[in-house]
Order: sequence, then structure tokens, then C-alpha cells
Amino acid sequence: MTKLPDSNYHAPTGPQKYMGKAIKRVEDPRFITGTGSYTDDINVHGQLHAAMLRSPYAHAKIGNIDASAALALPGVHAVLTGEDMKDVGSIPTGWLLPGLVVPHHAAIARGEVNYVGDIVAVVIADTRAIAEDAVALIDVDLDPLAAVSLGSQALADGAPLVHDEAPGNVAFQWEIGDAAATEAGFAQADRVVKLKLRNHRLVPNAIEPRASLAEYRAASDEYTLHTTSQNPHIHRLLLAAFVLGIPEQKLRVISPDVGGGFGSKIFQYAEEVIVLFAAKKLRRPIKWAARRSEAFVTDAQGRDHESEAEIALKNDGSFLALRVRTLANLGAYLTTFAPAVPTYLYGTLLNGVYKFPAIHAHVTGIFTNTVPVDAYRGAGRPEATYLLERIVSKAANELGLDPSEVRRRNFIQPQDFPYQTPVALVYDSGNYEPALDKALGMVGYQDLLKEQAEGRASGRKYIGIGFSTYVEACGLAPSALVGQLGAQAGQWESSVVRVMPTGKVEVLTGSHSHGQGHETTFAQLVAEELQIPMEDVTIVHGDTGKMPFGWGTYGSRSAAVGGSALKMALGKIKAKATRIAAHLLEAAPEDVEQVDGTFRVKGVPEGGKSFFDVSLMAHLAHNIPAEMEPGLEEQYMYDPKNFVYPFGTHVAVVEVDADTGKVKLRQYVAVDDCGPLMNPLIVEGQVHGGIAQGYGQAVLEETVYDDDGNLLSGNFMEYAMPRAEDMVQIQVDHTVTPSPHNPLGVKGIGESGTISSTAAVANAVVNALEAFGINHLDMPYTPEKVWQAIQGAKRDMPQAADD
Amino acid sequence: MSAPTPKKMDVTIHVNGEARTASIEPRTLLVHFLRDELELTGTHVGCDTSQCGACTVHLDGNAVKSCTVFAVQAQGRQVTTIEGIGKVGDLHAIQTGFWEEHGLQCGFCTPGMIMSSHELLKHTPNPTEHEIRHALEGNFCRCTGYHNIVRAVQHAANAMSGTQAPAAADD
Ligand code: FES
Ligand code: FES
Repeated sequence: MTKLPDSNYHAPTGPQKYMGKAIKRVEDPRFITGTGSYTDDINVHGQLHAAMLRSPYAHAKIGNIDASAALALPGVHAVLTGEDMKDVGSIPTGWLLPGLVVPHHAAIARGEVNYVGDIVAVVIADTRAIAEDAVALIDVDLDPLAAVSLGSQALADGAPLVHDEAPGNVAFQWEIGDAAATEAGFAQADRVVKLKLRNHRLVPNAIEPRASLAEYRAASDEYTLHTTSQNPHIHRLLLAAFVLGIPEQKLRVISPDVGGGFGSKIFQYAEEVIVLFAAKKLRRPIKWAARRSEAFVTDAQGRDHESEAEIALKNDGSFLALRVRTLANLGAYLTTFAPAVPTYLYGTLLNGVYKFPAIHAHVTGIFTNTVPVDAYRGAGRPEATYLLERIVSKAANELGLDPSEVRRRNFIQPQDFPYQTPVALVYDSGNYEPALDKALGMVGYQDLLKEQAEGRASGRKYIGIGFSTYVEACGLAPSALVGQLGAQAGQWESSVVRVMPTGKVEVLTGSHSHGQGHETTFAQLVAEELQIPMEDVTIVHGDTGKMPFGWGTYGSRSAAVGGSALKMALGKIKAKATRIAAHLLEAAPEDVEQVDGTFRVKGVPEGGKSFFDVSLMAHLAHNIPAEMEPGLEEQYMYDPKNFVYPFGTHVAVVEVDADTGKVKLRQYVAVDDCGPLMNPLIVEGQVHGGIAQGYGQAVLEETVYDDDGNLLSGNFMEYAMPRAEDMVQIQVDHTVTPSPHNPLGVKGIGESGTISSTAAVANAVVNALEAFGINHLDMPYTPEKVWQAIQGAKRDMPQAADD
Repeated sequence: MSAPTPKKMDVTIHVNGEARTASIEPRTLLVHFLRDELELTGTHVGCDTSQCGACTVHLDGNAVKSCTVFAVQAQGRQVTTIEGIGKVGDLHAIQTGFWEEHGLQCGFCTPGMIMSSHELLKHTPNPTEHEIRHALEGNFCRCTGYHNIVRAVQHAANAMSGTQAPAAADD
């Protein structure tokens, strides 16, 4: 993409007091005592409650809506339908591709509903219970239409059309790479390995359901929206500019404590539009809080690809070319980042950590009558990693080579960075072999191979060892480039450092924590840079009324982009503080240094000025350099030079019970490289959680629609989430290869666990099943599916039948 | 399809050691009584199928999912919520364990996890890893992968069996 700049990262020269330390989190006391404040914990005087009437059909014509019985129920204030909101704008998509079809997306459907969960009407009542009772009293004529739920079905001739404006249900056709060079690679191949695979759909399932509370003040024509958001400024921008036409400064969006997001709380949702609209209409605060069963049919879902891949190889295992065709099911509408996920976040990562002379990928984006799909933890990169790492392992198997060895032979080497891939990206820095070596050592690879061979020979134990050597792209950037690629968003981040007269510090950041612990890591950075105690620092986020602007937390961007903005702002504070100190010490700024927090003239240990002295003088302004602005507050808007590229090796070890098909996770090793670790405790916590989510996809989780678009896995009883007993203690370690792109050298870690683990676990399960001659099986590896596969393989291989 | 407004009933429940009375609809769940009537919002709602455990409280000393109990069923009984376990500056050993071992990220599941762990440690002061995982089967955490939650409970078990008898607010 862009040329690599000179390094912005300078490693710290001396020992660090806060950065890199496993400091326990400062936000935890409120969470462990139940005194956090999540959106649904907030109630305001006079508030009413909204409940949604949702379509039970995947596709239907809306006829007459009779709300008289609902309106007659005591406590009901209003019933809103699509007609009431017909002047409200379409919920926009934030990423445009050439030729993209963007269907109108009304907050309350008009004319037609397009998935189970699409909103048909809204009741506003005194209590939630009354509102829900009233929903049941609305009489709607819904005339069911034929529906489609799978991408490939939606493309078939004569398939029902989701939107008339999208012929053939195609939203876009997109390609990347060099088709001719790829063709040439295949022409030279000793061997071609093919793989057809499905990356099934997932529900993000943050444990806190989404909620929104809207207030409107008529006197000043101002709105406040409390909402579960990973990026309140994006919500404000979209709601104000594109949907409701509210002057942006009149809408304040606050997301207080947020109970997980994993992508699902990035996007603009209908319910936020509805409560704001209703708050103004009824002149009362309106709250909506999702039930879990609503979350299953409204929160943007993830993944859902059907792909065909081919890799061209030489007999020594070296890669010549990769060809991929993917059908990406986008669901019924395009949500905020939907078009970016299967394209720029997927196609560009198909190169992985390997040297590929040529790659060509083609993606078709498809509308179906299902919940809209958007970024879910990793967003496109898990899909790319799963496909690539599966086909690499399959290739190793067909070549009869060790899967770790095939990877090693194709790795991009340390001296090759910056590395231009055939699919647009320029990787910043990397050193892939040490991570692999470390992981092999930690997992005890040689012993495992022996145990595996013995187990297979005895026919009693089926161990699988699965590899994933991954790279991901974090901190989408720079803004000008993502703009060229179709983003309707900037990708910089803001930070304000506000030093109080007493030397205490408030930091306003445009990124937003929903579990990532920014209140701790950002405070560590401030304490380190300003040489003040961490207790003197407060991090403020999640309120558009306080922050200048920001783009929020997703795509593992907070440390690399938000942290860099903070570091730059702190640099400005330090420079100004040093000038004031120099003035007070009657010295030149170059001659002043800060030692243990005190500013002093170099080589003169006595008579220094504390950070407090300097902060106070900055505000009193009785004696500061001539022409200097009083105060000590600085802002920095940091636009990164490029993406950053974390990488690593994960190894999963499973045991498959051939009699029951049950897959048991036995061991999991993760060696990640996210550059310097700001706080190892927090980094490892995110790795653990990410691995559980990726494991969940491989073995447990699956969003199932029937052919008519009914969601068959619509709650936690039908959708299997990882529980404590499914997981094992995860062995985590790191290598450290700083990124030259940002001043912290950091690369991002929030998604790597999920990006890597699905592939590692899938490869482990298939590796175990290779004992039965099975060389691929689609996820999730439920006992029934695995058992059926083993039975089928035994039938095909009679000689193995009584192993 | 008529839905007459239900009659209200008075209930008195001893919550965190204090008698609390309110007039509620009989269908009010304990979790909503705690959150909406008493403003004890540390007890969370994560699902509507009794699967997630975010709403776990103690009823007469036993961990229950407060989304599966009607408030009227708790009439006259003792309820302990996370707010009754310990406070900032005066944490219970289990809360300390979660803090020390980074047993939480977004914190939404955490009160429920602590209430379930409390029940486990009451009956099994020195649980094995397997016993901890088994005891937390009814509590989802989407953030931590459970790794540090298990360590948090072990930390608490060590602290509680080491220096003092299990200190519990509700038994
Ligand atoms: S809210 Fe009670 S178990 Fe989920
Ligand atoms: S810490 Fe977020 S769900 Fe457990």
C-alpha cells in the first residue's frame, strides 16, 4: 500500500517504572463490587420503555397494521410504525466499494421485512413489561415471501430476490491480486492442492446485551443518548449527519461501562435511531434494552463464507501461487463496515506469513434474508487465516511433509521487511521462525508426535496437533489510504492531556474500552512519560461531550493509534513543562532534565522544580516565559503512517474420541508478537479470551438458519458458547519485534487469539482424523459431525473398520 | 389476547442484611426487583434463558440465578447480592482474587462469577481446577477464556484457607 516510512519507534533507553509492567487494573474495583455503570444500570426521571415488534418471517410483505388493542392497554403511550418514521434517513453503510448496491435500510421496516428480527412496529409504554404485553396485541398482516439464507443459494438461478435493486442478490464483485501471474504459477506447479471450505456464521454474544437510553431537551433542542458503543463518536456522526439530521453538536452520545463488544457494538443500529426519534416525539426519555433472544436476531453476526481455494506447490513444499474464490453472505442489509470485512480485511490477508509469488482472490458479496453480517472479533482476518492455514496444512499432508516444516520453508525472512505482498499490503516488521520454535518447544512437539504415533497404532487414542502461523493487520491506516479504499471514516485517533494546577492529570481519549483496560495501560503511559504516580492520572473515554473527536476501539487499534496519540500529546506536555521549569530555574530548556519526577539543571542535583511546581506556575502564569500561553493542556490527533502487523504461532492439541466423536482440547500454546507489551497481564488476558472465542467457532458455536431463513439457534440453549469446562489453561509466551510505524512500537493484540485459534484447533482436529484418511471437515466439530465423519471414513476404508 | 394490568403485591425481602419492602407485580423476577426497585445494579441480566449466570445471587446462602426466581418467592428470605459481599476498600477474598489474577475484562459477568465462586468455596474450600471449572459451568464469560477466572478462585481459596476461615457475608 504506502511506502514504509523511517522508524518512528525509539526503544526506551533506561529502565521503565510503569510501562511493560504487569500492573493490576485500576478499573477493577468498581467491577468486582458491582458498582460499574453499564447503560441498562442508568435510569432517568420520567423514562418510558420501548419494546419492538419483530418480524417472525425472514421475508414478507407488510399489510395493514392494527395497533388499536395495544394502544388501549393502560400505560401505553404510543405505537410507532414505518410510516411514522418515513422521513428518517436510511441507516448508512460506512464503506463503499465500486459498484456496491446499497439498499435502503429503514429503522422500522416499510413495505417489506427482510429477515427474522426486522422491526415492524415499536411500543412505548410506562414499563418494559407493559410495552412487551402491548407488542403481543398488535395485529399485523404479514404476507410471507420466499426467502434465502445461504450465500450460494441466493446466487442460484431463480432464487428469491432480497432487494429488487440487487439483481441476483449480488451486492458487489471484488477482486485483488494478479490473475495472470497466478495462472502462470499454477502452470509451473508440481502439485495443486484444493480445498473447499465453509467458514460458518457466528453470533458475537457480548455478555452485556445492547441497550440505549435517549433524552431530548426541547428548550435547547439537544439530545443525549446513552448507548452500548465501542465508538460513540461514530454513532453520533452517523445518527446526526446521515439518519436523523440532528446538528452534531446537539447530540451527545455517552457509552459508559460497556460489557464486551467484539465488534457487535461498533455499528449503527435501528434501535438507537428509534429511541432518539421517540424521545423527541413524546418529549420523554425512552429506554430500550435487548433481551438475549433479541440480540440473536439483531446484533450484527460474523463470518459466513463459502470458499474454494487452490494452492500451487513444488515438491519441496515451496508455494508458487494461491487462488481463492469466496462467497460472502452479508445478510439482509449492509451495516456500518460490512463491505470492508470480506474484501480489504480478508483478501489482503490471504498472503499470511509466507512468500507467495502470486495470489488472486475474488469475492462476491451476497444479500440473503438473514441478520446483517459485519465485523466480529478479527473481522476478515480470521476468515483469511482459517482458509490459508487449513490449505497449508492440507498441502503438507498431501506432500507427506511435517506441517511445521512446510511453514518454515515458506516464511518471509527477517531481512525481507518491509515486505510487499501480492495482495496490496506492506508488512512493517516480522521474525516468524523464533515464534514457531518457541511454540514447538513449549508444546513438546517431538514427544507429542511419538504419543500420536503410538496412539494411532494402538487404535485407541487419536491425538491431533494443529498449527497456525498467522499475521494480522491492525490499526487500519492512514486515513487518506482507507479513504481511497472506500472508508467513509477517518482512522486517526485523538488524545487530550489536561494537567491540573495541582499536577494531577486527566486524559481524554477517543478510543473506548469495553474490557481492554485502557484506564490502566493509558495511565501507565502517562505516569511513565511525565514521571508522576499512576494514581494521579485519570483516563476519560466514551463521551462525545468530553472528547474532541475519536474513532473508538475496534481492529486492535487502541494501543497502536490511541496510545500513539497519547504519547505524542505527552511529548508536547513534556516540552512545555520543561520550558517552564527552565524559566523558573533560569536555565536553557536544553540544560534541564527530569529525574525522578523533578526538573533540574543537568548535573545540579539540588534546587529542582517538581511537576506540581511547574503545573501550578503554568496555571498561575505569574512567571512563565514571555509570549507563552498559560495552562498545561495539549491535544494530538495521530494519523498513523500505516497498518501494524502482529504475528505469531499457535499450536492446539486435541484428542478425538473415535467412539463418541467428542473433541477434547488438551493443550494450547500461543506465542504472539505484538511488539513491546504495555502491560503483560492485560495482553495475556486478551489472548486467553480471544482463543476461547476462536475455539468456540471451531468446536461449538454455529448460527443455523433453515432454508426459509428461520434462525434455529436463537438463544443460549441452542447456540453453544464455550464454558469453563471446555477450556484448558493456555500456555502463553511472546516474542518482541517492534513496529517501526508508531512511537510505541506496539502492534495490537485484541484479536490475535481469535484470528489464530480457529485455524489451530481446526488443523488439530483434522490432523487427528487423518488417521481415518479424512483430510478436511467443516467446522464446528460437534461430536455428531466428527462421529459421522469417522463412520463414513471407516465404511470407505474397510481395512480400517476394526482398528 | 387481552393483557389486564396485573395486581400488585407487597413483598419484604432481607437484602444484604436489610429488610426491603416494595409493591410489585407478582410476575416481577427477583433480578428486576433488585435492579429496578432497590437500584442494586451489580446483579446483571445477560440472557433470558437462565444460561449465563450474570444474575447470580445468594438466596438463603445458596447461589441461584435471580432471573429464574420470582421476587415473591423470596418473601421473608435472605438475599445477598454482590453489593453485600464486599466494598471498595473492604473487599472479600474472592473479589481480591479476581483483581489480583486479572479474572475480568469488561466486568459484566464478574458479579455472577464471584457469587458462584462463593458458593463453591463454601462447600469446597480447596477445589481442584476441575472442580472450579465444573462449578462455573452455569456462568458465561465471553472475555477472559476462563483462564484467569480459575486462577482467581484458586487465589481466593488459598487466601481463605490460609489465614482466616471463609468470611462470608451471608452465612
Ligand atoms: S440473566 Fe440469569 S442466567 Fe442469564
Ligand atoms: S469479563 Fe466480560 S464477560 Fe466476563
